[in-house]
Amino acid sequence: MRDGMVENRGAGHWFTHIGLTIGVLVIFFPIWLAFVASTVSQPEIVSPPMPLLPGDQFFENYRKALVSGVNAPVALMLANSLVMAVGIAVGKIVISLLSAFAIVYFRFPGRRLFFWLIFLTLMLPVEVRIVPTYEVVASFGMLNSYSGLIFPLIASATATFLFRQFFMTVPDELAEAARVDGARPMRFFWDILLPMSRTNIAALFVILFIYGWNQYLWPLLITTDPSMNTIVMGIKQMFPSGDDVADWPVIMATSILAMLPPVIVVVSMQKLFIRGLVDSEK
Amino acid sequence: MATLTITDVKKTFGKTDVIHGVSIDVAEGEFIVIVGPSGCGKSTLLRMVAGLETVTSGEITIDGRRMNDVEPMDRNIAMVFQNYALYPHMSVFDNMAYGLKIAGTPKAEIAERVAQAAQMLQLEPYMGRKPRELSGGQRQRVAMGRAIVRKPSVFLFDEPLSNLDAKLRVQMRLEIKELQKRLGITSLYVTHDQVEAMTLADRMIVMNAGRADQIGAPLEVYANPATEFVAGFIGSPATNFLAAETLGRSGVARIGVRPENASLVAPDQGLANGTLLFAEALGAETLLHLRLTGGEMFTLRQDGTAPVPAEGETCGIGWDRVRELWFDHGGNRVRQAG
Ligand SMILES: Nc1ncnc2c1ncn2[C@@H]1O[C@H](COP(=O)(O)OP(=O)(O)OP(=O)(O)O)[C@@H](O)[C@H]1O
Ligand SMILES: [Mg+2]
Repeated sequence: MRDGMVENRGAGHWFTHIGLTIGVLVIFFPIWLAFVASTVSQPEIVSPPMPLLPGDQFFENYRKALVSGVNAPVALMLANSLVMAVGIAVGKIVISLLSAFAIVYFRFPGRRLFFWLIFLTLMLPVEVRIVPTYEVVASFGMLNSYSGLIFPLIASATATFLFRQFFMTVPDELAEAARVDGARPMRFFWDILLPMSRTNIAALFVILFIYGWNQYLWPLLITTDPSMNTIVMGIKQMFPSGDDVADWPVIMATSILAMLPPVIVVVSMQKLFIRGLVDSEK
Repeated sequence: MATLTITDVKKTFGKTDVIHGVSIDVAEGEFIVIVGPSGCGKSTLLRMVAGLETVTSGEITIDGRRMNDVEPMDRNIAMVFQNYALYPHMSVFDNMAYGLKIAGTPKAEIAERVAQAAQMLQLEPYMGRKPRELSGGQRQRVAMGRAIVRKPSVFLFDEPLSNLDAKLRVQMRLEIKELQKRLGITSLYVTHDQVEAMTLADRMIVMNAGRADQIGAPLEVYANPATEFVAGFIGSPATNFLAAETLGRSGVARIGVRPENASLVAPDQGLANGTLLFAEALGAETLLHLRLTGGEMFTLRQDGTAPVPAEGETCGIGWDRVRELWFDHGGNRVRQAG
């Protein structure tokens, strides 16, 4: 009986693992193909069947992508994307932390009104307000600039809402204790609320970084200068128009490079996440 | 060390009056306990002294300085909260040092003062820990430590022991008393536990629905309650109140008899008769719950060694009439002549 149970569990265990492995392989296969394509030469790709094992052009293709690219060097596009993604993530976090702090801890006229106004913007995705936003950005002369890439996307109702909910779970006594200890509001925010929110901040940073990194439509609209291209839109720009020949190995190398930063962010932040989940702060 | 005066302080939340005018002069180093049932406004009064709640009218002064519009940090007070309110992400040391750090105290002095407090509270082995790694009693001590390192002129406590188990509560009660005596810091302490109030207080304020019914030394309040409410609230088990006419008296409305002042006598030999409903033997003492012939309940406390009648038996109850507490229709005390 006991043995049977162990055996059963063992078998289930194996099935689970086999299932998961197949799933991983299925998901990973296109990425593998992209990687393979980024390590071979153009003729090898276009002549079927496509190779399944990496070729010997790895350094050549990546060097070419990073340094010259198709329209703009990929290194430059990566840097642009990084600035945009970090700018959006940090900006969103800072702004929403501050607005949540204001909404939760201060009684000012129109507090509820402001909260609902922020909440309302949740219902308007970028795509809906893209034309007026473009107008505004253009008239401020922010086309082809980092500020144009970042600022229109920087307010975040979701993050504000999230921090508001978190702040409301922080006991009032804590704010009062800090007040008695002599902490003025910003000091309390900085010394107490912020450190207590750090796992929430880490989680949000991951989500928002990827959100920023994957922006496509907005950068496509406002960056006409190739040197301001971000990588996600840049990949699309590399596709040939008309009769040009696509340099597939370089495009694939670019795709692989475009994936790396989000992966790094997720993996490095994941540790902080899990630590935050394991030792609860309250 | 400082004097604290509260002069006709009132508090209104929106349209509801919560504190109806409380006044007290607290001497230097005095330990004042504010006691009363839940919702009577104890915390509100304390929080007004702390500056966490605005004062609707009246005046609060510390060392003669008007405090009504002074920020909590500038009142030179320290407060111990019911749930300790320790900063969860800071170590014990940082928790205790935080106030000093904000005040810009030099590092060496902070270290010295925190170490001193830690030693006083036996917290030395825990200085590097986070609050969540401490037991309830230790957290309580850290909260105390955070208060004493600042060398405040007034200590404020809001039910600091209510989250501890009974045994620890007794121990911490003694520690608080001892510490307060040693430091000689004027203290205001809120509790709804009358044992805490009796044991800690130099003087206590018995609050009833936003009013200070009586202010006095514990034994004075016990022996001479000013109102029916105070007589019922202070003393355990609670005072028995009998309608005066059932005892054939006039001139007063109700008569209070403390359970410890009454004793069993033979039927019809005492001042009242009752049937025993049940007896609670607590060892050192026995509580007898009787129903009087008029239908009222009466609790009587006798020595644990005294004989206990059978349940359902009719007994006489006697007491010393001099120790009766008389009250008029408004619940105020009527002094016995002579
Ligand atoms: N911010 C507030 N707004 C409105 N009413 C309040 C507020 N704070 C307290 N009250 C009311 O004031 C009264 C006194 O409250 P308080 O907290 O002082 O009671 P307490 O004596 O400390 O009771 P407990 O022993 O339960 O802590 C209560 O009836 C409460 O509902
Ligand atoms: Mg209270």
